[in-house]
Amino acid sequence: MPKSAYGKMAASGARWSEKAPRGIVTAAALSGIWLMGFIILFLIKEGMPILSEVSILDIASGNRWYPVSSPPRYGMLPLFAGSCAVTLLSCVIAIPFGTAVALFISDVCPERAREFCKVSLEILGFLPSVVLGFLGMVVLAPWMQAKFELLSGLNMLNASFLLGVMILPTIATLSEDSLRAVSQSLRDASYALGATRFETMFKVVLPCASRGIVSAAILGMMRSVGETMVVLMASGGAALIPRFITDPVRPLTSTIAAEMGETPVGSPHYHALFFMGCLLMLFTCLLNMLVMKIESARRAK
Amino acid sequence: MRKFLAALVAVMSLCLFAGKSLAASEISINGSTTILPFAQSTAEAFMKMNPDVRMSVSGSGSGNGAKALIDGTTDIAAMSREMKASEIDDAGKKGVKPFQVTVAVDCIVPIVHPSNPVGDLSVEQLKKIYAGEITNWSEVGGPDKRIAVVGRDTSSGTFEVWAEKVMEGAEVTPGALVAASSGAVVQTVAGNPLAIGYDSLGYVDAKLVKGLSINGVAGSPETARKGSIATSRFLYMYTNGEPSGNVKKYLDFLTGPDGQKYVAREGFVTLK
Repeated sequence: MPKSAYGKMAASGARWSEKAPRGIVTAAALSGIWLMGFIILFLIKEGMPILSEVSILDIASGNRWYPVSSPPRYGMLPLFAGSCAVTLLSCVIAIPFGTAVALFISDVCPERAREFCKVSLEILGFLPSVVLGFLGMVVLAPWMQAKFELLSGLNMLNASFLLGVMILPTIATLSEDSLRAVSQSLRDASYALGATRFETMFKVVLPCASRGIVSAAILGMMRSVGETMVVLMASGGAALIPRFITDPVRPLTSTIAAEMGETPVGSPHYHALFFMGCLLMLFTCLLNMLVMKIESARRAK
Repeated sequence: MRKFLAALVAVMSLCLFAGKSLAASEISINGSTTILPFAQSTAEAFMKMNPDVRMSVSGSGSGNGAKALIDGTTDIAAMSREMKASEIDDAGKKGVKPFQVTVAVDCIVPIVHPSNPVGDLSVEQLKKIYAGEITNWSEVGGPDKRIAVVGRDTSSGTFEVWAEKVMEGAEVTPGALVAASSGAVVQTVAGNPLAIGYDSLGYVDAKLVKGLSINGVAGSPETARKGSIATSRFLYMYTNGEPSGNVKKYLDFLTGPDGQKYVAREGFVTLK
């Protein structure tokens, strides 16, 4: 009798210790999903009321952002164009450079220097964006202004360059991972066929890793779209559709950051800023889905 | 076990009460980032004099300050403008009666790069520059170079003063650069020989930028207090109803000679 009681206790003890971690992990995961659901709901709830003030057409096609004049105008086209332009230019800067760095680390760099390269790349990634923004503002902008005799050094090129520096580690590290994943036997086979190192790198290794590099580039792009501090400090902040890369721009993120603090809560301006948040979320969501699609295609292959 | 639980409940409720009594001597200030520097230094000085009072100061903008007062999440709202009628309406709906205390004077000064020979502009010229009608420094007595117009965000208190006193309803050109903070305006103008900006007198560092006079009146404490310079404004703190207790003690300290010393030290203009 005592024996069986002991056995029962041990069994229930074991069950408890097995259930508890499972419960905790499930609860943590569920609360994360729950929280995310609430954030999205909140964004939509706060952003949609603007549509009762102005039509979606006026928002999408209006090129004047004057939210506090009377009558207010909520044309988001220059802001959206600013976000797109800055992001694209930063990618044009960072993707070739990041891929080259990745290729260097995976295929060119001697084994001993590899760790050093990777660590220094990671340190670049640690740089807080506010530090980069500050550099852009006090170093890059005056230099650019004097050197190229521009109206202002705070412009799209300045912000894109800084964003490019910021997303470079993301693109380079992820691309490097997928380049390294290309099997050594492929490289050996290429050399055995008499291909040069250049040919092996650009005609064998790079095409094999291309999906990985594309998803790395899109992840970098997502970071670039959402980045706020750098563009707030270095992009100039003029709500104009940029015609040249040295024009000042005002991306969506910096508009939200700069104006939210001073906007009366519940006003149309406030809802317009949340609407921009929805737009940004939609944009990054689409990019994310694209990455997922590429990843699953890669796995299927 | 039951005894232990009882003890636990007792200790916890004690903590709760202790927390409550602490909260009673806590003052929170929220609002304008313009006011933040001297609100912080006076709060520190006040806490030193009254060790039983704890103060927390945060700067989230005049609009957010007003909202916090209306929602009851702050004792004092710091504002660089008068409360709007819509905000007072909202307050009334929640049973909050905003009470205004003038705490300092702020003066907004146009600034240019130190190398710029221009020293004085009229309100009319400033308005035309910001509206994008004057685009070259030679039109206002400077070198034959383009003007880089630097402004503030349309929802900042500084912009509001500029819009009201200089722009008079005209719109700022969409090509104007927009700096996100008072400090950023000075940084931007200091780094660009073609730039013109505007900023609170307290932020104008003569080592970095040159302040311009308006219609021959230079920005200074005297001209600001008298209102003879076109671009001066008063800074306010709002409480719910007439201030009492420690909040009143703090506001008396801030508006008194000792508190005003801190106001002056942060670059603002004192009340007297």
